[in-house]
Amino acid sequence: MGTGSELAFWLLAVLSVASALAVVVLRDVFRAALFLVLCFFAVAGIYIILSADFLAAVQVLIYVGAIAVLIIFAIMLTREAQRGSPSNRLQIPVLLVGLLLLAVMIAVVVDTSWPTADVPPPAPTTGDIAEKLFDKNEGFVLPFEIASVLLLAAMIGAIVLVRERKEE
Amino acid sequence: MSVDLEHFLVLSAILFCIGLYGALTKRNAVVILMCIEIMLNAVNIAMVAFSRYNLVLTGQVFAIFIMTVAAAEVAVGLAIIIAIYRGRETVDVGKIDLLKW
Repeated sequence: MGTGSELAFWLLAVLSVASALAVVVLRDVFRAALFLVLCFFAVAGIYIILSADFLAAVQVLIYVGAIAVLIIFAIMLTREAQRGSPSNRLQIPVLLVGLLLLAVMIAVVVDTSWPTADVPPPAPTTGDIAEKLFDKNEGFVLPFEIASVLLLAAMIGAIVLVRERKEE
Repeated sequence: MSVDLEHFLVLSAILFCIGLYGALTKRNAVVILMCIEIMLNAVNIAMVAFSRYNLVLTGQVFAIFIMTVAAAEVAVGLAIIIAIYRGRETVDVGKIDLLKW
């Protein structure tokens, strides 16, 4: 990995962690949503460093394009922005549990000797992902179809849930 | 200090714990959904990092499925939140206690 991408990694890592912290800490819900968008962009940059070009594009399309807009719409529609995003009484215990979990995970990650291959990956991954997804013997054709049914069900479910009901 | 697989995994762990903290402590249901999205993103980073450093694309395929499920989840979740807001005029999860024992 070259110096440029190392610098980019540290920059994007700090950016994503800082914006995620801002999402959790900020009291203004709308600003938190905007920082969430920033966090999604930073994660897309990390995908590019990992040479996952297709996933970076999908990240920007789905998360920044669709999910962030949905969340901002929900904030507008529920008008809870004035009330801020207060915390419950569990702050201290959850902080302790979270730090403990973080320590355990970092210890495991650092202690394990992960098997890595050092060959540089092929540049465009889109075609290879398609081959992997639709491979005849060990592909993911059935999960792919199930995912499409899941999306359809979610779409119909969302419409049914928020539809204005006629007064009887 | 060269950037390795461990760095990406540690970044993923940090983002996951931040999201976990937010999801467990926040009262606003929309903010809880946002924190769950951060956690899903953290898992995706780990998947893509493994797939990059093992030269196997299965991790990226899994990341695509995670994104699909996240999109479906956020659509249904926000629809439920808006439906609840219409009936009860609040999205405070402490006050939505109809299903509480």
